[in-house]
Amino acid sequence: MTDTPDRESSYVRTAMLPPQTAPSTQVGAIRWVRENLFSSWLNAILTILSIYFVWTIVSSIYPWLANSVWDATSLTDCRAKMDERLGEGVRSACFAVISDRWQQLVFGFYPQNGYWRPPTALIVFLIAIAPVLFTQLPRKMLWFTMIAPILIFTLLWGGSIWAPISVALGFVVGFIAYRVIGSRFSALLAVLAAIILPILYWLTLSGTVNSALSAIAPIGLPYVESKDFGGFTLSIVIGLTSIMLSLPLGILLALGRQSNLFIINKVSVVFIEVIRGVPLIVWLFTAQLLLNYFLPKGTNFDLMLRVIIMVTLFSSAYIAEVIRGGLAALPKGQYEAADALGLDYWKSMRLIVLPQALKISIPGIVSSFIGLFKDTTLVAFIGMYDPIGLTGSIRASTDWNGVYWELYIFVGLIFFIFCFSMSRYSMYLERKLHRGNR
Amino acid sequence: MSELATNRPVNSAAMKISDEVAIQISAMNKWYGTFHVLHDINLTVYRGERIVICGPSGSGKSTLIRCINRLEEHQQGTIMVDGTELSSDLKNIDRIRSEVGMVFQHFNLFPHLTILENCTLAPIWVRKTPKKEAEEVAMHFLRKVKIPEQANKYPGQLSGGQQQRVAIARSLCMKPRIMLFDEPTSALDPEMIKEVLDTMIELAEEGMTMLCVTHEMGFAQAVANRVIFMDQGQIVEQNEPREFFNNPQSDRTKLFLSQILGH
Repeated sequence: MTDTPDRESSYVRTAMLPPQTAPSTQVGAIRWVRENLFSSWLNAILTILSIYFVWTIVSSIYPWLANSVWDATSLTDCRAKMDERLGEGVRSACFAVISDRWQQLVFGFYPQNGYWRPPTALIVFLIAIAPVLFTQLPRKMLWFTMIAPILIFTLLWGGSIWAPISVALGFVVGFIAYRVIGSRFSALLAVLAAIILPILYWLTLSGTVNSALSAIAPIGLPYVESKDFGGFTLSIVIGLTSIMLSLPLGILLALGRQSNLFIINKVSVVFIEVIRGVPLIVWLFTAQLLLNYFLPKGTNFDLMLRVIIMVTLFSSAYIAEVIRGGLAALPKGQYEAADALGLDYWKSMRLIVLPQALKISIPGIVSSFIGLFKDTTLVAFIGMYDPIGLTGSIRASTDWNGVYWELYIFVGLIFFIFCFSMSRYSMYLERKLHRGNR
Repeated sequence: MSELATNRPVNSAAMKISDEVAIQISAMNKWYGTFHVLHDINLTVYRGERIVICGPSGSGKSTLIRCINRLEEHQQGTIMVDGTELSSDLKNIDRIRSEVGMVFQHFNLFPHLTILENCTLAPIWVRKTPKKEAEEVAMHFLRKVKIPEQANKYPGQLSGGQQQRVAIARSLCMKPRIMLFDEPTSALDPEMIKEVLDTMIELAEEGMTMLCVTHEMGFAQAVANRVIFMDQGQIVEQNEPREFFNNPQSDRTKLFLSQILGH
């Protein structure tokens, strides 16, 4: 406000103006094209150059894909068919290698009569994970989620169904111990009992329970050894198991790193930094070779299990750092409000802090998962047959010696489908959890 | 003299003070590292008292009320809340926190929960109240702060004044015997200050023991039975509001009042 004498300075609006429709140049496709593609001379030139560039690539790849051969028994056969169909010397994609060998790429050396088992396990997994991923599904489905690991384990490795059940009973023992002792004595005692009793059970009773139940009702599937797992079955088993396990471990590590308790804090920091500071391939070699030194002679510790543990630890260190970012981004007032209401540490973490911190960290967590899933191909270096490793052994046969692109395109495509779905899911989740501002 | 920012009539007769001690702070000292923030604090609060704490920024007034529910730890002296001494015993701390409600300057509602969930969370998880009952209690207090229709919205969809009223309702759902207010109106527009002050006056009329850090001197005059002036971590002057504003004794108080009221 100035005090200058100005006749215009006094003005009173008597009626508010209604909104008007936008001018026609501001709407429609023409506006979009003008604004986005030809807004200036430079922009127009870049648009034309880009269209030309895309056209060149598509026009050279398209015939190679469109004329591909799907029905042949070997590369020589494939080339003969190309000569016959397209003319002498014209080459196109030979996807016949996929139709001939897809089973090997998908199942590795899994016994042929058990090919139905890994896909069934995947379907069981998807049904089990659905209520976790999509909260609008009925909560009763979570009961199936609880028993799904037993089903999946039996489907994949086979053996008696009572083995995983008798192991799972240990968790039930722990839960009951926690409830019974927690209601009569202190919470600390309940936690201790929930840890010690299941271990005692596993060491003493679970074997007996297993053999007793197997004797009564011998239900089960033929046993499949871990070394027969290969291809996408191997990648998906390692990838999804590690993803499932590394998230809770990562959360605990992130909380540990934020903790005021000196020992817990330092252990978490050292663990995270050591694991992150060393390449995954080194950890995989450690799993393959070094662990045998430390284990007692004659113990047969499954290589696949060792790899899953290593990949889980590796990924959890990254996830811990991503979640720490989310924790740090929360305003201090949230912690204080939770404290002021009398919530204890675990309740305030579970109900207030983690739901918000995890929401902030979703993009980072999913990126880590996608990275982890693709890193499972590194197991090729320690003698396991992941899809990439199998492309080598397919080429080693005289039939398909010399096929490169088609195999890699197929492997890449399957990986892309998995990773892209994860990425889309994370975007869906972000949209769903978006609640107003702040 | 400053005016009360609301035209709501204040029923002072309803505000009764009993001789039961609610909070007793004796010879309390607190340091941030080597910095001495609170210096020899002695304060006894009786049930039903409405105490306004004022003072320049950095004088330790927020720190003082945050010590009462242990959001800050004191290093010397004792704080007794409802007869329980605040020590590092976690059980005691959680018990006191669930008896003492706190309202923050920036509301600190939980943005991922609806208004109703914000209000029922602590009763359900700390008091183990059944969900149905907790929701009834929550709706009762949301009606009291006059926003029951917002129950299923998220905090981000509400105005500042509404959010602060929800924050008050959230604290009340724990049925606290003492309420702490840490500059509850400082982050609000003038229009919204009124609705929050109305709620606080209503609480006072119901006999709630209240400690408010605030710059609303009008509220102090109309509602408080005692005004405490703090500077440099020490209680400089305390008196009943009429005496405090009309006849301040200390030079610091006079300077502060002339700055805050002199416009």
